[in-house]
Amino acid sequence: MTPLRQSWQVTMRGIRVFLRNPAYLAMTLTQPIIWLLLFGALFKAVIRIPGFHGGSYIDFLTPGIIVMLAVSSAGWTGMGLIEDIHGGVMDRLLVAPVWRGALNAGNVAYAALMIVIQTVLIVLLALALGANYTGGVGGVLVLILVAALLGAAFASLSNGVAMLARQREALIGAVTMVLLPLTFLSTALMQESLVPGWIRTLAKFNPVNWAVEAGRSAAMQKIDWGLVGSRVGLLVVLTLACGTFATRAFTKYQQSL
Amino acid sequence: MELAIEARDLRKTYPPDVTALDGLSLSVAAGTIFGLLGPNGAGKSTTVRVLSTLSRPDSGSARVAGIDVLAAPVRVRHAIGVVGQKHGSDPEATGRENLVLQGEFYGITGRELKQRVAASLERFGLADAADRRVKTYSGGMQRRLDIAMGLLHRPRVLFLDEPTTGLDPEARVSMWREIERLAGEELMTILLTTHHLEEADKLASQLAIIDRGRVVVEGTPERLKNDLKGDAIQIELADRQGAVARVALERVTEIGEIKLEGRTLRARAQDGGAAIPAVLAALDAHGVRAASVTLARPSLDDVYLRYAGRAFQQAQTEPEEVAA
Repeated sequence: MTPLRQSWQVTMRGIRVFLRNPAYLAMTLTQPIIWLLLFGALFKAVIRIPGFHGGSYIDFLTPGIIVMLAVSSAGWTGMGLIEDIHGGVMDRLLVAPVWRGALNAGNVAYAALMIVIQTVLIVLLALALGANYTGGVGGVLVLILVAALLGAAFASLSNGVAMLARQREALIGAVTMVLLPLTFLSTALMQESLVPGWIRTLAKFNPVNWAVEAGRSAAMQKIDWGLVGSRVGLLVVLTLACGTFATRAFTKYQQSL
Repeated sequence: MELAIEARDLRKTYPPDVTALDGLSLSVAAGTIFGLLGPNGAGKSTTVRVLSTLSRPDSGSARVAGIDVLAAPVRVRHAIGVVGQKHGSDPEATGRENLVLQGEFYGITGRELKQRVAASLERFGLADAADRRVKTYSGGMQRRLDIAMGLLHRPRVLFLDEPTTGLDPEARVSMWREIERLAGEELMTILLTTHHLEEADKLASQLAIIDRGRVVVEGTPERLKNDLKGDAIQIELADRQGAVARVALERVTEIGEIKLEGRTLRARAQDGGAAIPAVLAALDAHGVRAASVTLARPSLDDVYLRYAGRAFQQAQTEPEEVAA
């Protein structure tokens, strides 16, 4: 009970900042629109590639863009902790008898919430642009779930890196280094049968691809429960592992003081 | 005597080779204000970090409120309040929200929390600003909020790490009043670190002067000053003739403990007024010109000079140690 309460307090802190800063709010809400429209325009021709059978371009791209945006948003989660470290807030939190896991879990829950909001926006916008959600409401919920799970994993990773590196520059470096390769080594923007074999092989181990496959299958295609179940399972394991890593990073940070 | 804080032979080194604590030992009686005095980098903040369970020493042991900080850090955290050097409050949240979050982390909830937060805002003069974001607070208000947060769970031991650093003189004086009131009204032990000699002299009933990670002397401010016996004479030389001047003064029987720093000579005398003519005569005889001579009752600065072997101001500006 107490760990949950404490985590919720940390989540509330994030939500307050979100609601009180109009610029931040506006950016969070317009980002999905820009991504969908830009990527949509850029990749419109993807359906004309011989061998492509993903349906309309918007059906194909929507899950990919949702997952990309989830990873990108989650990556910056650790910034808040770096602010806390430099501002003195972190030391105050760490001398309190608060569960270290709550400091991570609360932040991660906030990041996941933001991703859910952005995902819902993209889903609705894509619908307006003519997307056809074959999987129905259930399928869309699975898509939102995988985006949130993947986001939670990356938010934890970001928090862990932040606590270990403590430098904005290091976190920016890590996010930029990871984001694009993970996106391009997946089927987010290109159909699996059309990417080179070595990418297909690497994509099997890429969490971004797990989320794309599960989300696309559930929301846009005839749902493949075996595929969705296994990918969701993998994402759950990844999220827990990253959460453990981040919680340990708090202890590691304290040991270095 | 019940001890609220007991530290034995604490050692801590930061990589690559900065020795922050070098065998520091302390005993603080329950219910007192204890001043930890020293220049930046002397090890004050590291001491607070170790005693408040934020960091672990490489060796040594410590008990706070009777609890071993290494064996039972979580129990220690419940018993202590910490007001750090930096502001610990969240600038994006209001004063009230900061206090509520703090209370939740200490397991205070519901109506009890609400009442304590309201009383605390009232007490620290923040009731009107309670629902404003902390980033709009003045430095003095932020500091009061920091202290309110450190006290919300009614700790038995309160650590105040340089509580008046960065405050303007007016806010500093009102903070002093607040700290005195705390010690008077609540039966709390306060460990106060400061590099303001005046602050330590005014607030602390017991003092430890630390330098380079160890306690160099300990006692009441009065006792430390009395131990010096006599007045401090400070001579500013007109030219760089320190060595000659020193030789000259060593022959003057009225004074002792001559210390030279650049162009400044310091000495102690049982009766400073009577010693000055002899001092001036001796300097004159060696052809040394004095720019000025000052006479002062012993201050903590003199105590510091005597035990740490260097003047406080000088130690303050030495860049050899990190101010971590």
